[in-house]
Amino acid sequence: MKYDVKQCKILRKREIAKGIFDVTVHSPEFAQAAQAGQFAHIYVPGKTLRRPISICGIDREKETLRFVYQIRGEGTQILAEQNEGDDLDILAPLGNGFQLGDPSRKAVLVGGGIGVPPLLGVAAAYGHNATAVLGFRSKDAVILQDDFAALGCAVRIATDDGTAGHHGVVTDCLQDLDFSVIYACGPMPMLKAVCRVARERGVECQISLEERMACGIGACLGCACKLHRDGKEFYGHVCKDGPVFPYQEVCLE
Amino acid sequence: MADLRVNIAGVDFANPLIAASGTFGFGREYQEFYPLSTLGGISCKGITLMERPGNPPPRIAETPSGMLNSVGLQNPGVDHFIEKDLPWLKQQGTVVIANIAGNTQQDYCRMADKLSASSVDLVELNISCPNVKQGGVQFGTSCQGVEEITSAVRKYCKKPLMVKLSPNVADIGEIAKAAEAGGADAISLINTLTGMRIDIRTRRPILHNNTGGLSGPAVFPVAVRMVWQAAQKVKVPVVGLGGISTWQDAVEMLLAGASALQIGTALFTDPYAPVKILDGLNRYLDENHIASVTELTGAVCPYGN
Repeated sequence: MKYDVKQCKILRKREIAKGIFDVTVHSPEFAQAAQAGQFAHIYVPGKTLRRPISICGIDREKETLRFVYQIRGEGTQILAEQNEGDDLDILAPLGNGFQLGDPSRKAVLVGGGIGVPPLLGVAAAYGHNATAVLGFRSKDAVILQDDFAALGCAVRIATDDGTAGHHGVVTDCLQDLDFSVIYACGPMPMLKAVCRVARERGVECQISLEERMACGIGACLGCACKLHRDGKEFYGHVCKDGPVFPYQEVCLE
Repeated sequence: MADLRVNIAGVDFANPLIAASGTFGFGREYQEFYPLSTLGGISCKGITLMERPGNPPPRIAETPSGMLNSVGLQNPGVDHFIEKDLPWLKQQGTVVIANIAGNTQQDYCRMADKLSASSVDLVELNISCPNVKQGGVQFGTSCQGVEEITSAVRKYCKKPLMVKLSPNVADIGEIAKAAEAGGADAISLINTLTGMRIDIRTRRPILHNNTGGLSGPAVFPVAVRMVWQAAQKVKVPVVGLGGISTWQDAVEMLLAGASALQIGTALFTDPYAPVKILDGLNRYLDENHIASVTELTGAVCPYGN
């Protein structure tokens, strides 16, 4: 099985910040097949389009997947109304995840807001060799800080309003760090700033993108993103070519 | 088990369900779910004479009971299709339909010529794409335009020719007649209805192309009406599409006058939609002691007003 549709029971659901839900589902097949950085396409009752949600945690022993998602609109609102014991109709695992490489390297995981969850899978591989630099709007939007710490990562928090950690942007927190690989997911301005750092330092950098999506498997060509490979610019697709890309391949606009 | 076979323009289909162009790529992504022989046929992603990059993102916007797309015919070009996709598709045990779109009449003719020498089973003439600046729907919105392009392509096309009609017209019956007069062996309808969404916060359209094509359950009643009107005006078979998502929708579309069906947007909601529709259709036929699915075509009993 590369990917498939399964009914997955919600084992646990918590609201971990205002409008942000932490959901664990039982799915032996997906837990076996999924890789950090891949995503799931979740059916929303009554909606035409599924919602792409990044995979936050994979537990092969407990046969579970974990998702942390934010209510952004009607679809995610309906998803948030699904409770423990309910089944979610999930198409997964989709896309290319993070290339973990040698986890004895020093890594920095840069996440912004709801871009933080997919990085937890990278943290699981790198443990104490990773520093997680996590940016949020304010203190009450901070999520998963303890989860990164529990995996052994050093954690640095930055907030836009200074109510927690560093008052400023995540890239401020990279200046005194030593690392040879960056994993990043978050809003476009943050990703651009992170890519500048990668370029200046000459380090490997993988970024995870999002785009409005329909099929989720590369058939409809809806979730286009401009890429360049071998000196040629073209529209690739977040669902099949990504969502994780080497930063050099992406034309950030 | 009822007989699900249909014949469209001389081509035998194992069942009346065809994957709609633009929703199914060239089939590879969906064979992860089920063998492609589950489907009666596949209408491939619209192809053009030369490779097309497609429109800038965002290309997708959700709407009440549907969606807008403005992919803009991103495709690798007809030669790539014939060399790289067609040989594989032909091994999948399903009818392969090439959907062609052009900027000019000459483009369409050259593609029809190339495909005539290939192993493709049927050509679907796409004169109804709302998402490209040149060509596409401009050929499909007047009777004269439809007849001209159809008869021009007919001269080059040695394969059965199906013309895919746009719903963005005043009188679909007259358009259908024009396609038939131009030499179409079948017609398919409806392509998407042109639509638009605007982000009230940024005052920007959600789609980078500003407008896009509306599909999904929202357009289903429009599609049923247009298939019903078109089917009364032509003798060639009508392939019905537009928002079919359940087996009940499939039965309804057949009753309206369709001889076969295309399933598109429903695949995004549930990739297994065709399998479920086929199951339901089979049960419906058996329970109602209908021996062949062809008996449903056009069997609606309209009120005589």
